[in-house]
Amino acid sequence: MSNPRGAFDPGLLRYATEPGSSSFTDFLSSAAPGLLPGATHPGPQAPHGTTIVAALFAGGVVMAGDRRATAGNLIAQRDIEKVYAADDYTLIGIAGTAGLAIEIVRLYQVELEHYEKIEGTQLTLDGKANRLGSMIRGNLGQAMQGLAVVPLFAGVEVSDRAGERVAKIYSYDVTGGRYPEQHYHSVGSGSLFAKGSLKKRWRPELDRAGVIRVVVEALYDAADDDSATGGPDVSRGIYPVVMVATAAGTERVGDDELAGIVTDIIADRTEHPGS
Amino acid sequence: MSMPFYASAEQIMRDRSEYARKGIARGRSVIVTTYADGVLFVAENASFALHKVSEIYDRIGFAAVGKYNEYENLRVAGVRLADLRGYSYDRRDVTARALANAYAQTLGAIFTEQQKPFEVEICVAEVGETADEDQLYRISYDGTIVDEPDFLAMGGGQTEAITNNMKERFAAGAGLREALAACVGALSSVGGSNGAPRSLPAGQLEVAVLDRNRGTRKFRRYEGAALTELLPEADGTPEAHPPGADTPPHDQDAGDPSAP
Repeated sequence: MSNPRGAFDPGLLRYATEPGSSSFTDFLSSAAPGLLPGATHPGPQAPHGTTIVAALFAGGVVMAGDRRATAGNLIAQRDIEKVYAADDYTLIGIAGTAGLAIEIVRLYQVELEHYEKIEGTQLTLDGKANRLGSMIRGNLGQAMQGLAVVPLFAGVEVSDRAGERVAKIYSYDVTGGRYPEQHYHSVGSGSLFAKGSLKKRWRPELDRAGVIRVVVEALYDAADDDSATGGPDVSRGIYPVVMVATAAGTERVGDDELAGIVTDIIADRTEHPGS
Repeated sequence: MSMPFYASAEQIMRDRSEYARKGIARGRSVIVTTYADGVLFVAENASFALHKVSEIYDRIGFAAVGKYNEYENLRVAGVRLADLRGYSYDRRDVTARALANAYAQTLGAIFTEQQKPFEVEICVAEVGETADEDQLYRISYDGTIVDEPDFLAMGGGQTEAITNNMKERFAAGAGLREALAACVGALSSVGGSNGAPRSLPAGQLEVAVLDRNRGTRKFRRYEGAALTELLPEADGTPEAHPPGADTPPHDQDAGDPSAP
């Protein structure tokens, strides 16, 4: 059990040498830095994920992402998933270099769970948003090499300290800047079109079903004008990933419900070809 | 001229064991048992904030008795080890057996190489897909590791009496309510005045389960109203004297933990 110099090796307890830190990322960077998300030799054709949208409704927030990943002018994947539950009450969607982004989401999920287990309580929603900001900032060097990752974060405040149940959306830039958004937001290559669509269709009085329809339609509009965003693929049965967070938890909207919404949207567009 | 000091290895180990056992006996007891849906943890603990039972990973729970700062260090190290393994491999690759081994090695090393052994006894439990796959590991202050089939009791001055009492009450495949009643019955069978039973209200219990029917994370605490609803009706047995600090400082006499 002794190391060659005869000093005492505390075994597992070397993991508990900094009792002050509840951050898994801090721990990982000292215990196993090789496992941190990172790519040293960026290929010019690393797959990219594209459009993510999120919109609020009374009691919660909906986030949706298209299913396409592109590598240059090719479609790298038709059914990639870019929207995840970060924990029981928050959602995270990612646009940018897919491999790196998925790894950052995985690390972020462990980060939140780790904090909760060590401290016995959840972070506040603002705390979760700030933590994600600093992780994105940590990726800045790679963003400068063309491996940018831009997340969209949304969730419901359940911290008992605040006592409120407010849903919020946060956007980020590559430097880790964190910006609370009102009503709705979109990131990624098709975000310009998706945001224009949301601007006209989102209404504060919309309920859960109404907001789901609006975000799916925003992705439809993004796919219409942005080649890197995939539209709903009816022939293959591939629909956007749509997730909902409320104080009761997170859920993924089923493909059956989405199939109905997509059929409606396509019927509307067929009727009004100019829209 | 001073005589060179000599103590046999046997004597040193015996002294350390006695020291650790004394420390552990100062606290109050914990029972970990299997039940129909998984593993049930019942700890006698008057504090809401300083837990004896906690979640380590999806299917793994942790219970400890003894000195709080020492087992809290072990708990944090366990959470870190589990999260690190789960992050670098897969969530399914985190097992109680590996964690229990790491704890056993650490405690064994501390026991033989440090001046003062850890005054803790811990249990690592894992819930399986079926009742046959549930696992309970008991790890002692000296690194001894035992795989317990049904239940285990640890900590406090009367562990043996509690274990014997629990043996009579334990029924394999019992529901949550029955299993909890058995644990509370066994814990409260000692410590009353003149060795009589006492009652343990919800406020002095820390209860948690690893329930195989839950989602990814199987650990759940029962607190407040949810716990009171599960507990058997009070039968009028008097409570013991107000319990003292869980682990009194070393310069204080251990004595009877339930004494005022």
